[in-house]
Amino acid sequence: MEKQGIIIMTNGPVVKARGIREFAMHEMVYVGEMRLMGEIIRIDEDEATIQVYEDTQGLKAGEPVFGRGEPLSIALGPGLLGNIFDGVGRPLGALYEKGGIFIPRGIKVPEIDTEKTWELEPEVKVGDIATSGTVIATIKETPLVSHKVMVPPGLEGEFTFVLPKGTFKADVTVAKVRDSRGQEIEIPMVQRWPVRVPRPCRQHLTPKEPLITGQRVIDGFFPIAKGGVAAIPGGFGTGKTVTQHQLAKWSEATVVVYIGCGERGNEMTDVLEEFPELEDPRSGRPLMERTILVANTSNMPVAAREASIYTGITMAEYYRDMGYDVAVMADSTSRWAEALREISGRMEEIPAEEGFPAYLPSRLAEFYERAGRVVTLNGDMGSVTIIGAVSPPGGDFTEPVTRHTKRFVRCFWALDKSLANARHFPAINWVDSYSEYVGEVEDWFSLNVDTGWSELRKRAKDLLAEDERIQQVVRLVGEDVLPDSERLIAFTSYLIKNGYLQQGAFGPDSFSPPSKGFAILSLIMHFYDRAFALIRQGVPFSLLRGGDAVANLVHLKELSSEELEAQLPKIREKLDAFMEKTGSERLAARGR
Amino acid sequence: MPLIDHVGVDRIYGPFVLLKGTPDVGFGELAQIRMKNGDHRLGQVVLNGEDATLVQVFSGTSDLVPETTAVRFLGRPLEMKLSPALIGRVFSGLGEPRDDCGPVYSAYSKDVNGSPLNPMARVYPRNFIQTGISAIDVLVTLIRGQKLPIFSGNGLPHNKLAVQIANQSQLVGEENFAVVFAGIGVKRDDAAYFMEELFEKGRTKNMVVFLNLADDPVIERIATPRFALTVGEYLAFELNMHVLVIMTDITNYCEALREIGVAKGEVPSRKGYPGYMYSDLASLYERAGVLKGIQGSLTQIPILTMPNDDITHPIPDLTGFITEGQIVLSRELDSRGIYPPIDVLASLSRLMKDGIGKGYTREDHPDLASQLYASYSRVQDVRALASVIGEDELSQIDISYMDFGKSFENTFIKQSYDEDRDISESLDIGWKLLKMLPRNELTRISKEEADARLK
Repeated sequence: MEKQGIIIMTNGPVVKARGIREFAMHEMVYVGEMRLMGEIIRIDEDEATIQVYEDTQGLKAGEPVFGRGEPLSIALGPGLLGNIFDGVGRPLGALYEKGGIFIPRGIKVPEIDTEKTWELEPEVKVGDIATSGTVIATIKETPLVSHKVMVPPGLEGEFTFVLPKGTFKADVTVAKVRDSRGQEIEIPMVQRWPVRVPRPCRQHLTPKEPLITGQRVIDGFFPIAKGGVAAIPGGFGTGKTVTQHQLAKWSEATVVVYIGCGERGNEMTDVLEEFPELEDPRSGRPLMERTILVANTSNMPVAAREASIYTGITMAEYYRDMGYDVAVMADSTSRWAEALREISGRMEEIPAEEGFPAYLPSRLAEFYERAGRVVTLNGDMGSVTIIGAVSPPGGDFTEPVTRHTKRFVRCFWALDKSLANARHFPAINWVDSYSEYVGEVEDWFSLNVDTGWSELRKRAKDLLAEDERIQQVVRLVGEDVLPDSERLIAFTSYLIKNGYLQQGAFGPDSFSPPSKGFAILSLIMHFYDRAFALIRQGVPFSLLRGGDAVANLVHLKELSSEELEAQLPKIREKLDAFMEKTGSERLAARGR
Repeated sequence: MPLIDHVGVDRIYGPFVLLKGTPDVGFGELAQIRMKNGDHRLGQVVLNGEDATLVQVFSGTSDLVPETTAVRFLGRPLEMKLSPALIGRVFSGLGEPRDDCGPVYSAYSKDVNGSPLNPMARVYPRNFIQTGISAIDVLVTLIRGQKLPIFSGNGLPHNKLAVQIANQSQLVGEENFAVVFAGIGVKRDDAAYFMEELFEKGRTKNMVVFLNLADDPVIERIATPRFALTVGEYLAFELNMHVLVIMTDITNYCEALREIGVAKGEVPSRKGYPGYMYSDLASLYERAGVLKGIQGSLTQIPILTMPNDDITHPIPDLTGFITEGQIVLSRELDSRGIYPPIDVLASLSRLMKDGIGKGYTREDHPDLASQLYASYSRVQDVRALASVIGEDELSQIDISYMDFGKSFENTFIKQSYDEDRDISESLDIGWKLLKMLPRNELTRISKEEADARLK
């Protein structure tokens, strides 16, 4: 018989129940006659506190609570890619078919479509040794990703049965393994995993390779490594979500998990409509074929918001274990922290800062630490990169969530309200942002883009820092009084900001490979060097900024990377010719 | 099951009454609180346990006598009766008739709290609504199904702007267009203004009004926008109408939320507002959109007055994180006599990127909007500089920015209350303004575009 307790109190998403001595901490439960999903978050003698993942309206004292016998878990198997799930891993498509436009309560649908069939290709045979993570079979889940059915962690032995090549539904047993105690264990195609437990790996490695994002300000200035963690903080309207969408679209990851945590419903719809239309720049296939969406929109129950982050990261780890590079976008971690705060408040815990529970930093750390580049259990290499958006109230970066997040991330892309107001996107501030991965990924850039990459980056950044100082003077006395060498710095910075850092989210410039960014930036710095030399010879700056070849520098980004590559020598020649001509004319005039 | 009266309550505090020994009560259930003289008030269960139930009374708890007050649990949540006959009616903040037309009869009713929409059921909003206001149409484009709040301050003409948007909005066929107005703690004068301008002068007679006046019970304010949105959803998604829901003033709503939170003894978050205010506001704002296979749409224009004009105050801040942009009004422009005083730099429409340009408005719209933003933002820097060194000392380029800024405000932003500009007209004004600036400065416009438009 099912374990059973009874409800004694309901307070919003928090329910108290009695008679639960046999229930485990963090066990999943069904609450009430409607069987709403919930999880036990505190046990006090005979009473349990349960957070309920669905709206609790109408729950009465005395209604039953049923134990499920497992912690909050999700199903992992083929069919995750291209799909959208709610915060506790229920597919929203199936909910829509069964429940209509609104999400009804207590509805049960299979997490993975068991009717759909898959082409299975076995990779082992009977008698082979099975260890944790051994790939039993592969399935072409989408044209972009080949899904590997693996031996679950902790199981070792010998294969006694392997499903032959063929087409099967997702509810089959793919293999049987006899373990050291002689027990025969069945391995299903769809496996379950508790979301709050990190999936094991053999070894953590230091990140070395950059995750190319196609965004010049990120790849060129503040790169993130595969297996790294980054935060994007910004007040409302600074473009967090657009930046996250850009990263989800163009990041060089095999699988992208996008967690919409407490955000707008229309944003998820946007992804759902746009991604199937967009092409992966590397394979030309629709982006949706490598994307998983986890959506807990702001009007969905708050407890499921708390869970959505874990649901998403567990799916990411599952694909990492197959040896893939996975990128997780969490938008926004502030909503998740607020969900923690709300539940904590309802449990009448003593708050720390601004009402947030004292365990906020440890929860944040637990989440971000699930990122990393690892050797998987089967000896493959995989990575999970986490990019978390933070929504500080009032755009104030000193609030608890931003402050604690900063402790656990190594890459910080600060979004700036004044840049956003000027519609300079991505509005990543080049002074406040930082990346600690630069040293680790430098080698990769030298090898794959250009040996001068680090040098160029450093020079451009120094120039911008110098410009920051000059701009303070300009704000006080205007540009006209500056010496020409400083006006050149200000102008070159203007070129870098408008011609390099700024990048449209739509159109051909949406994805910019590192080589394109490097070409633009080196051309701008080339202009600076030539102009600097001429100014020292006495050529006035006002003559140098006028030419079409110079003005053209801000428009280079509009070209596609192939066009730019083809035209680059000509563009450079024209620029040189202009500088040469202006310089020599002026110097000749003076010489006379 | 017959409904039972529980006579006598155990505690009365703030807006709450506490009853002991009342099993079989559902969370969120509606309760009728009956006084000895036969009057009754409505309440809602906000906490229910085995041995006690806490009821929040919408019209307040004054005059309740513990010994004789009877509570009857109605076994259903707060509901709104729905029928096409709602159109043209005026209700109180709790959905009771406020006009002389008697009660609404319908067998069909819905829980005013609504249910979360499945993102799978949504269609991404893309249809441009022409409001006839240049600053909005070109720079903060309103899209059908969007939630676009007006961030205002006391004394600014937000009501006038909301009425102008409602009256000038071009949505297909007037028959299909309806306005639902929720007055949350509004002044009698404001309510009268809206009724007069929308009902009598407006283009549509399809209106439903919910009014909670400033002197009506505060707790009712929690319910008022929910009634309005329930009716809005019904008109939009069941009767296939294009619905515009105007809610004013969200600040009053949040004050009520804070009052209840404090009375309940909850741990407050910023400025004493409850920690769940984000989720609570989201449960209102997210009730907008366009759905698959349904003709109608629900567009929201909530209005809020920012306390002390502070955009970082929790109310505008949390709102901005949920809504799809914001229209910010500027006291400075207003004091210079510019109507509508829209601060375009602080304003934003998140949905405009997909609803403008080729096939929607005009193909030059996106670049033009981006350039106007960039140039006007530069104007602010130049003005700051001019205030330090004086206008005479400015460089030639900076002077052209000063001129551009002035003309932008006086010919583009400024327009009269009943001026209804066509989108092409608004865009053309924008191009005319850009001619005032040197071509080199226009970095957001491609060369081809500039050649074609800036002859």
